[in-house]
Amino acid sequence: MFNLPARFIGTLTAAAMGASLALPPAKAADDTIKVGILHSLSGTMAISETTLKDTMLFLIDEQNKKGGVLGKKLEAVVVDPASDWPLFAEKARQLIEQDKVAAVFGCWTSSSRKSVLPVFEELNSMLFYPVQYEGEESSRNVFYTGAAPNQQAIPAVDYLAKEEGVERWVLAGTDYVYPQTTNKILKAYLNAKGVKDEDIMINYTPFGQSDWQTIVSDIKKFGSTGKKTAVVSTINGDANVPFYKELANQGIKAEDIPVVAFSVGEEELAGLDTKPLVGHLAAWNYFQSVDADANAEFIKEWHAYTKNDKRVTNDPMEATYIGFNMWVKAVEAAGTTDSNAVIDTIVGTSVPNLSGGYATMMPNHHITKPVLIGEVQDDGQFDIVYQTPGLVVGDEWSDYLPGSKELISDWRKPMSCGNFNIASGKCGGVTN
Amino acid sequence: MQLNRSLSVLLLMLGLCFHAAGASAQSSGDEKLRPLIQALAGDNFDDTTKAVSDLVRTGDPRVSMILNALGAGDLYVTKADQTVFLGKREGADYAASDPLTGAKLDPVPRSAAEKIKVNNRLRRDIAAAIGGLTLMSDDIAERRSAAEAILKTRDPGSIPLLDQAIAAEKDAGVKALMQQAKAAAVLNSEATDEVKVAAIAEVSAGNSRDALGLLTPLESVGGPVGEAAKAAIASINSKLALWNGIQNIVYGLSLGSVLLLAAIGLAITFGVMGVINMAHGEMVMIGAYTTFVVQQIIRTSAPGLFDYSLLIALPAAFLVSGAVGVVIERGVIRFLYGRPLETLLATWGISLVLQQAIRSWFGASNVQVGNPSWMAGSFDLGLLTLTWSRLWIIVFSLSVFAILQLVLKKTMLGLRMRAVTQNRRMASSMGIRTPWVDALTFGLGSGIAGIAGVALSQIDNVSPNLGQGYIIDSFMVVVFGGVGNLWGTLVGAMSLGIANKFLEPFAGAVLGKIVVLVLIILFIQKRPRGLFALKGRAIEA
Repeated sequence: MFNLPARFIGTLTAAAMGASLALPPAKAADDTIKVGILHSLSGTMAISETTLKDTMLFLIDEQNKKGGVLGKKLEAVVVDPASDWPLFAEKARQLIEQDKVAAVFGCWTSSSRKSVLPVFEELNSMLFYPVQYEGEESSRNVFYTGAAPNQQAIPAVDYLAKEEGVERWVLAGTDYVYPQTTNKILKAYLNAKGVKDEDIMINYTPFGQSDWQTIVSDIKKFGSTGKKTAVVSTINGDANVPFYKELANQGIKAEDIPVVAFSVGEEELAGLDTKPLVGHLAAWNYFQSVDADANAEFIKEWHAYTKNDKRVTNDPMEATYIGFNMWVKAVEAAGTTDSNAVIDTIVGTSVPNLSGGYATMMPNHHITKPVLIGEVQDDGQFDIVYQTPGLVVGDEWSDYLPGSKELISDWRKPMSCGNFNIASGKCGGVTN
Repeated sequence: MQLNRSLSVLLLMLGLCFHAAGASAQSSGDEKLRPLIQALAGDNFDDTTKAVSDLVRTGDPRVSMILNALGAGDLYVTKADQTVFLGKREGADYAASDPLTGAKLDPVPRSAAEKIKVNNRLRRDIAAAIGGLTLMSDDIAERRSAAEAILKTRDPGSIPLLDQAIAAEKDAGVKALMQQAKAAAVLNSEATDEVKVAAIAEVSAGNSRDALGLLTPLESVGGPVGEAAKAAIASINSKLALWNGIQNIVYGLSLGSVLLLAAIGLAITFGVMGVINMAHGEMVMIGAYTTFVVQQIIRTSAPGLFDYSLLIALPAAFLVSGAVGVVIERGVIRFLYGRPLETLLATWGISLVLQQAIRSWFGASNVQVGNPSWMAGSFDLGLLTLTWSRLWIIVFSLSVFAILQLVLKKTMLGLRMRAVTQNRRMASSMGIRTPWVDALTFGLGSGIAGIAGVALSQIDNVSPNLGQGYIIDSFMVVVFGGVGNLWGTLVGAMSLGIANKFLEPFAGAVLGKIVVLVLIILFIQKRPRGLFALKGRAIEA
């Protein structure tokens, strides 16, 4: 009788750990190239990251159908870092040291990326990071295939100012590094464009905020001075639904105060009551509704692979697609999966993106992207209302922040520096 | 603005000669309209806007129909020969018809056509154009939205139209709205100062927040108009300051009622039984998922009952969460009574297991729980905007609280529960089967958490993480209110809610939360047993 509790706790702990256990790596074989997938399959971030794991498995499957890479089949090694930032570093180490993967595709939050960064630099491996982020970073071992702030936030603000005539800005975000840095850049940008401080309202909320009454009523107040007002939202995934619901409930329509969001995509809208969101905007580099043959083909194959024709596609999936294809192309050009060789070869590699153009890996390890603005439709898809005329190059060190203005990154030899200060002419201009 | 002005004047004339337009005139207008409709499919929004104004200028009565279709996103253009048609999705094709005559055309494959893009600005212009047309409509809702559209655009060109509409209007509410719209338009026009000052008085009598928006730009004008605007703004601001205080209290009560709902189940399992139940949040989550399943069943088998789905979900959620609670108590917790640390670890493990189970079963993404129509929207109380969902949740949480009090004080189960928690041995000697009372008490607490889940599904995301967001707040409320006292939970939840809302405007949401936490820590130092400490021997045991 008294042994029971201990046994129960044992079972429970085992069960709890089972949730975060990695899929066992398949048998080692010399005729395969291993690819690591580092996305949370449990915990808070599973909602977003599970899809990217599926995307990677799908891409690897497709590549193997085409004969693999360098005549070898690709083999996926999936681990689950369970939305736990230190665990990301542990799992990354495991992938590189034990499983000997050639490259790793993974991470979503900046915190997880910052956590694995030293591991990749120490072990000289490669990470492809597929999510939009705040910039202010460049590493020789990381390839940023998501958007930098100038590839998402700034064009969105330009669109609102030009097309909607917005003069007053609410910068609302969740309280962590991505919204804070993005808002800092946006505020500097708006100030540079002549917007006064009293026309900018910055508001931060905790993760998972669900009570938006006061904030929405503040936004309403802020927007009632006769000047056209818009909200630029870097509110993180889960807190968005109650935010939009409160907006709709308090009678604020997209025509009155439009909200442009940087973290709301098709995946977040799937399984949501989209009525309160119709007409609000999102800025991304890809929408499922993009009208291009490459996209139609991709969606068709994705539906066939997942055996579910309701599965949506989204921007980080496209970034994963681009990153994976760049890696494949660079490995084939280098003739080896050796990190140093691939890192040197990959700069300048161009692969098709899903919106009918090409993405090129730049010397700063960021890529070129078109910027799209879409309005939410009642079917959870986006109606694209604007597209930048050309491609935008990702700017790792923002041109609008003091201290980062003078920095550039160029990983080509002989410079090979992630923070070259053009004012002082030295590498490592700012300790970061 | 330019567009709106000319647009509504034309629409006025158009409305007047609506009935006079004969069939012969229409067919001759067709050739004139065709190229204009074609021009709607321009390369950018400026082109489309111009095409809209050109269309309105023709004065053809069918224009409003075409603009409506454009605004609703039903106009498409073929990629091959750039023909504009009225489309409707039908499988892989668009069922096409002529936008002018309505004649049926051959279906167009989806890939061969493109939607004519409409953005918020264009939609606003279209609404204003249509607003001019529908001011005299027979439908009261249409007249209201027409007046609202003009109030937004403040188009001076629509003043004659409004005069006419005000004279004909019978409904007092819509009439007041039209007068507001007219005053707003006058302020935007070249009228004389006396007229404008009168308009300022008219505007400041209405909804103050909108009035501020209209008056602020006038402040810098100077002269009698500027003076009047300044005075009006000052009086509105002082009125708003008073209402701000009221708003904080009401919003605080609403936040407090959410906290109360989340915590009230815990007040039973932790407060009354003393079990540190980290899986409490997951009981709430299971209740929310039960709501989802109930709605899913209703959607497929009896869509007519959707408005009652929450009422059906309530007992279901209570039973499901309650049953899970009983299983947890019987299976795990009963072996751990008196060992709080192990209970904490075990229930935390259970919470992870439950989360992952739901995640594997329903998927990691949010599931969609709909709002019944009576939960959507808002109403104005003075200068306060109250949403129906929040109001219902206040009412609901107070009734749950009252019912729970009744159960504890007036039923046999409640009596036994109190007996067991106060003196287990004595109760046992009196013939009460204490293990079963424990199980039922835990089940009751869990079931109430499930009911809370039904309510929270209306204002929050339903995802496997739902419960995590509430567990800390729930413990905070119970500890602050005083463990073992339901009234303490009520007062604790409400005062935390109101304190939060008064701090938020000054400190921001993040700092506000921190300040509340610090205050609670200080309070607990002073009164370790919370607001309403239980007295008596039971406490010492």
